[in-house]
Amino acid sequence: MNGVVGFMYPNEYALQWSILIVLYPFITGLVAGAFILASLERVFRVEAVKPTYRLALLTALAFLLDAPLPLQLHLGHPERSPEMYFTPHATSAMAMFGYVYLWYLMAVLVFEIWLDYRRDIVILSQQSKGPLRVIYKIMTLGSNNISERSLHIDDKVGWIVTLIGIPSAFLLHGYVGFIFGSIKANPWWSSPLMPVVFIFSAMVSGVAAVMLIYMATTKLRKLAIDMRCVDTIAMYMFYIFIIDFSLEMLDLIHRIYEADESFRSLDFMVHTRLYIPHIVIQICLGTVTPLVLLFLTQVIHLREAVRKRLYVLSGCLAMIGIFAMRWNVVIGGQLFSKSFLGYTTYKMALVTREGLLVAVGLTILPFLFLWVLVKLLPPWPEKSLHPAAAGD
Amino acid sequence: MNISRRHLLILLPAAAVAWKYVEAGEPEASPNYQMSEHWWGMLINIPKCIGCGNCVRACQTENDVPDGYFRTWVERYHVTDTNMTTPEVISPDGGKEGFPVAQEDAGKYFFVPKMCNHCADSPCTQVCPVGATFVSPDGVVLIDPTYCLGCAYCVQACPYGCRYIHPTKKVADKCTLCYHRITKGLTTACCEACPTGARQLADLKNPNDPIHEFLKTHPVQVLKPQMATGAKAYYFGLDGSVR
Amino acid sequence: MKDAGHLFRFAGLFVVAFLVFLVVRGYVVPKTFGQYGHYRGAAIGEIAQHPVKFAGHQTCEGCHSDIADTKTKGAHAHVNCEACHGALFQNLPAPPQPKGTLYERFVALIVPPPPPAPPILLHADDPATVVPTKPDTLVLCVRCHTASAAKPKGFPQVDPTVHMGGIPCETCHNPHSPAIGSDAGQGAAASPAPGGAK
Repeated sequence: MNGVVGFMYPNEYALQWSILIVLYPFITGLVAGAFILASLERVFRVEAVKPTYRLALLTALAFLLDAPLPLQLHLGHPERSPEMYFTPHATSAMAMFGYVYLWYLMAVLVFEIWLDYRRDIVILSQQSKGPLRVIYKIMTLGSNNISERSLHIDDKVGWIVTLIGIPSAFLLHGYVGFIFGSIKANPWWSSPLMPVVFIFSAMVSGVAAVMLIYMATTKLRKLAIDMRCVDTIAMYMFYIFIIDFSLEMLDLIHRIYEADESFRSLDFMVHTRLYIPHIVIQICLGTVTPLVLLFLTQVIHLREAVRKRLYVLSGCLAMIGIFAMRWNVVIGGQLFSKSFLGYTTYKMALVTREGLLVAVGLTILPFLFLWVLVKLLPPWPEKSLHPAAAGD
Repeated sequence: MNISRRHLLILLPAAAVAWKYVEAGEPEASPNYQMSEHWWGMLINIPKCIGCGNCVRACQTENDVPDGYFRTWVERYHVTDTNMTTPEVISPDGGKEGFPVAQEDAGKYFFVPKMCNHCADSPCTQVCPVGATFVSPDGVVLIDPTYCLGCAYCVQACPYGCRYIHPTKKVADKCTLCYHRITKGLTTACCEACPTGARQLADLKNPNDPIHEFLKTHPVQVLKPQMATGAKAYYFGLDGSVR
Repeated sequence: MKDAGHLFRFAGLFVVAFLVFLVVRGYVVPKTFGQYGHYRGAAIGEIAQHPVKFAGHQTCEGCHSDIADTKTKGAHAHVNCEACHGALFQNLPAPPQPKGTLYERFVALIVPPPPPAPPILLHADDPATVVPTKPDTLVLCVRCHTASAAKPKGFPQVDPTVHMGGIPCETCHNPHSPAIGSDAGQGAAASPAPGGAK
């Protein structure tokens, strides 16, 4: 008829949440994961990953600025979204979005970036010319104090901000998992594991993203990749991935074992309509393969060139796999009928407001933001500024 | 429900006036309808439903429901086995033009009208991020179309599939239990149009409502009781195979 | 703590933003919000103002009492008038909407006023203007009475091609009291059977 097989409640034929709603948790996941990587150095003193510290923060900010866009494009009335700030409904996980986002953007990410870069900002505001000078001047908030003592205070406060930032990052992405996990009407979503799985897969994707961006930008700048840094990142990625995989397997095994009323319908869906996205892409290509590759790098001593290739490959596959996981949760949860008697299909449009082109555009946009941020606030470790070099 | 029905011709314009009080925020002053005196629900009698689709068409007329979307619909079940887990269910265009003729066989057939259950512990109102959907003080789950963002979270949260996003207004929409009718002493459009009395409006707070007697003397069920939604659409004769 | 001055400037941004937020919120949140719960209380009244299209059988019986009497004696006693006759109404042209002030239009961007209910004229209010058409019994009656194994066994149902083969149902049955031979209301609105006995 219209892609419907079996019986569905008449209002269920069309999917409500499109690829944009798949993209949103993927993007906030990258934010959370990138931040966790930054906090590895700042709070947990994993000094090896310091070369990626500032890059991770800027990556998180670039993706965070992009994050509300898929939501706004999806809403029937985006002009009413300020209502979430003015009258948030306390029982709704979605109402948390406005405040958690704002908190994380301003009180964590922007604050931490500002504190870490403040010295550079002040110097740049004195060294640059033209409109750029105005921008830097505004960013100093009128304070030119970069004395030892003030920078020391910045450092201490920054440490506290990062410490608070870790649970904030979990909240930023965990609440998305809770949005799905708390819907008792949908057995594919309803699970207390959902927020936890979201957080751990987010960490994998964010860490992988920063690693790949670091390797790419270092190569583009024709410099040598700090292998100690990348090895450490890959190691952490491997451990987090193991936890993520275990959680997902636990959910799967639990479902199969309990076999409640929804099981047969969901099982059929996974084996037919979700076979490629779930079994092939998410599990085999996107989880098991990168895990095996990373495992090899951890137990066998491989040459640097081989390790680099394996890291890039596993990073890319992991990100694809985690995007597939978001797809399988969001789209998969709407493909089956709540009567457990039928299935529909997702007809993804190409050029509409919620179509594929928009989704691709929204995925490219954060890299544009990152390019601007990198130009404005260079994160490269070898480019630290000296106040005495005025008039260069 | 028999107090205000007697003087209906006079009541129709008067009730409209009365509602100006509610709109102005002074419902206590409204002379004909007090929200606190009512707690609305519906009784659906499965053995009486003949699947004519009158209710679906009447609802569409009364409430300007767009084609392809349904505030109420009728499902036809065909149960051929004894384990009740694999019924054949159809709902062609929501049952709006009735159903194809069925041939006699070893299985059993029956019709199940579905609608918003106006849950007392409604999961859809729980998830609304801004308070655009709510349970009114008289037990009807309503949507404020000027406040709704169209995020569709409520559509996802409804276990019964009774909500949809209006294609042109871009806000959530669903059965309002013909709130604009029941507050004037009329019954809902679907109940008015039902030729067999399979659907009957029930005021669970009015002791004179004949439904109270029915509920006391007949076994009734709600859909998906395990969801604990406090559904107020009561079904008599609901088979175990109904989803 | 003069070396921490910049931190206070940053915090100051938050304070200013919060104050602006409070001011804007005071203007934008609708006045009736929170009246009965976490929603706009006036919405209840607005929803109740939606125009009624089905008048309800008590209204019909107010004028058509002769038909009502015929019906009470027959098998269609509990079939409401509009179940067969449908909602009898006419759409009226919508009155022109006044443009609001600049401030109202700005607020309307975020919380727009409710759309005006389209005016309806019911046959019950103005029978002279809204003149109903008689339903075609060949189409109407078969909707309920076409025999199907899915329908309840006790419900009267026939195979239309066998039972009447294209002859309108009202030829033999008075729709308001359908049993053949029932002597209820020969002067009723349905056209009497031209000698069409069973």
